[in-house]
Amino acid sequence: MIYKMTRRAALAGVASIAMIAAGATSALAEGWKPQKPIEMVIMAGQGGGADRLARLFQSMIQKEGLASMPMLPVNKGGGSGAEALRYLKDNEGDAHKIMATLNSYFTTPLRTDIGVDIEEFTPIARMAVDTFVLWVNADSDIQTMEDWVAAVQASGGSWKMGGTGTGQEDSLLTAMLEKEFGIEVTYVPFDGGGDVAKNLVGGHIDSTVNNPSEQMGFFKAGKSRPIAAFTTERIDAFPDVPTARELGHDIVYSMQRSFVGPKDMPAEAVAYYTEMFSKLNELPEWQAYTEDEALDRDFLTGDALQAYFLEEREKHAAILADMDADGAS
Amino acid sequence: MDTLALLADGFATSLSPLNLMIVILGVTAGLFIGAMPGLGSVNGVAIVLPLTFIVPPSSAIILLCAIYYGAMYGGAISSILLGIPGASTAVATTFDGRPMAQQGKAGLALIAAAVASFIGGTISVVLFTLFAVPLADLALAFGPAEEFALVLMAFTTFVGLGGDDKLKTIIMICLGLVLSTVGLDLISGQPRLIFGDLPGFYSGISFLVLAIGVYGIGEILYTIESSRTAPQVTPAKITLNDLWSGIKTMNRMWRTMSLGSFLGFFVGMLPAAGATPAALMAYGMARSTSKDPKSFGKGNIEGVAAPETANNAASTGSLLPMLTLGIPGSPTTALLLGGMVMWGLMPGPMLFIEQPDFVWGLISSLYTANFAAVAINIALIPLFVWALRMPFTVLCALVMVLCIVGGFAPSQKMHDVWLIAGFGVAGYLLRKADYPLAPLVLALVLGPLMEKSFRQTLISEQGNVLAFVERPLSGTFIAIAALFFVLPLVKYLRKGGRRSIAPAE
Repeated sequence: MIYKMTRRAALAGVASIAMIAAGATSALAEGWKPQKPIEMVIMAGQGGGADRLARLFQSMIQKEGLASMPMLPVNKGGGSGAEALRYLKDNEGDAHKIMATLNSYFTTPLRTDIGVDIEEFTPIARMAVDTFVLWVNADSDIQTMEDWVAAVQASGGSWKMGGTGTGQEDSLLTAMLEKEFGIEVTYVPFDGGGDVAKNLVGGHIDSTVNNPSEQMGFFKAGKSRPIAAFTTERIDAFPDVPTARELGHDIVYSMQRSFVGPKDMPAEAVAYYTEMFSKLNELPEWQAYTEDEALDRDFLTGDALQAYFLEEREKHAAILADMDADGAS
Repeated sequence: MDTLALLADGFATSLSPLNLMIVILGVTAGLFIGAMPGLGSVNGVAIVLPLTFIVPPSSAIILLCAIYYGAMYGGAISSILLGIPGASTAVATTFDGRPMAQQGKAGLALIAAAVASFIGGTISVVLFTLFAVPLADLALAFGPAEEFALVLMAFTTFVGLGGDDKLKTIIMICLGLVLSTVGLDLISGQPRLIFGDLPGFYSGISFLVLAIGVYGIGEILYTIESSRTAPQVTPAKITLNDLWSGIKTMNRMWRTMSLGSFLGFFVGMLPAAGATPAALMAYGMARSTSKDPKSFGKGNIEGVAAPETANNAASTGSLLPMLTLGIPGSPTTALLLGGMVMWGLMPGPMLFIEQPDFVWGLISSLYTANFAAVAINIALIPLFVWALRMPFTVLCALVMVLCIVGGFAPSQKMHDVWLIAGFGVAGYLLRKADYPLAPLVLALVLGPLMEKSFRQTLISEQGNVLAFVERPLSGTFIAIAALFFVLPLVKYLRKGGRRSIAPAE
């Protein structure tokens, strides 16, 4: 709770800075307005956490009239978001394309040779930081992290852990779990978190590390069970679910939900979108949604956001190097 | 009957003057959006989304669904009249719809499409009404292995019992599968077959580009060649009598239409599939179970009815996982999902319990949307047919322009326009050499799904190929697929080894 309050205070601080920043940039934005529908590229498939969020933003922006043109969400989830990254790179200077990011924003360019350097892209705004929880099917006997580890060990490597694309968030977190507990699972990649959630409830995989929003519907219907949260503090929506850290396993991982533009996006357009997202950040509907779905609102823009991106890229490079080293041994 | 009482309450909502007006408006808009190549229901729904904020949430969702529905009806119009699929879901409708139009039977084809859409839509809404909640469990039972088996079955319906040359069909399927691997690997994220480093290939080859190329452009080239200097266009006329006899003709096709409805509904229900594969599979099924498979592709009215029932049934089917599981089955339902979340309607297993007014209002509006769509569509048929009376020299240029616009609009890349041109020439040559084009399109649509589900199954089963036959549901599909494949051989042996599979006597 103490943490929660300090976080609120910090948020308020960030929000007020953002408002000042928005005030300053609005003068700049006077001159520029989108001339055609804005394409919102989503780095993931339909129905996952990233997709739901991007579409929620689209609806809110249109409902509140925050943009003068409609938003068209486009899913380009192929190859762990490589499809979207490459698309953004090929549309240099375009003022009508923005991209909703996940952590694969860092990992996919590191893992594949698609010729994308995220430092070139234009940071716009970070809206939230999402959390991860270990889930099993409600029919399973597993109630605790210990049960889970025991079950994985008993399976002799055939435990099916579902998640998003290889090298994406879910697989990184899974690799961290494998390392921490000295276990081995079979990782099955799917197109998006929604697909993963469905396959868990349908019994085609044994466990997942879905974001809370991806499992919330099934959880409320009593079809899936949260085992442990990979956060610093317990998640408000699941007060009875311990964090891994509480259980003595220091695994904390989060996912940023941000928007970026292509390389050399005109400055006036960047100012326009920054103002749009800072208004969005203030909406009561958005604030209510983040409470319900266990998301941390954490607004960040401009250079500070770029610095955060580059720092996260370093962290992910280290995690990936670790994974590769393990794979080789 | 609990369900019926709930549905009656729903009708109280959907028959209110506002909602009724909204349905008619949405269906009409959808009809035209669907008929325009390059402008599918996804764009339509996205563009109309802001307008919906002025009406109550349930009316807003009803409007979006009505557009979605209308677009399913509308897609067939340009498929039949111009030979260019108006929407991806109407690709299979071009196979027989276009030849019918060339034989002067455009009016009949349009009636068949409208009536079939109505039947497909209605049967699937009834299924939805009665079994929505239990069927959600069936959708959950579909894992990667089942998806693979289903796709395999779809392919064998094209190979096994089709009237075309088997070897050529298999070659075309293989070619389509190769084209479907272009782009980024689904699982590792590495680029494949991008011809050095052509950025346009990173996002793969859109099957709409292929379909517009081989059908739209290829068709024009073929027509120009076959008609030489004075192109013949069979004048299409339509009278009220024709309309009525057209509707009566549909009476003969109950088997095809009910098959298409059930198949479409179930395929649409699977989150990974959607209306396009459903329509293609229904076409394959109709052809393989037909007494005269050879007439398909040459203007068989059942070849129009089957995909049109299936794509409408699938559009209802894809609402099912969206509402009951919170997982969208198609790009358009993903947009609807975003809209619902916005209004505080959280799709998922609890929606039917927490928001019955909304759910049943929506379901009942699907019934009214179907009636509105079929009535408006049939009323407009004379107008559509009239468009065909243009001289071929004018029509040809118009179709060419629509092909290029339709290919360019979704991606906004010249790359796709060049591809269309290339596929157009290839399509023309393949047709001259008598290669069937439908399997090529089918393979490109289903290829990515087939590859992904195959690899997912092998990964999760530790490389055990037998997993596909060991699971009851997927095992059944594989068995049916095998049956489709060997049946021609059995027929062949029974007929005492006649050289080719003769068409039914």
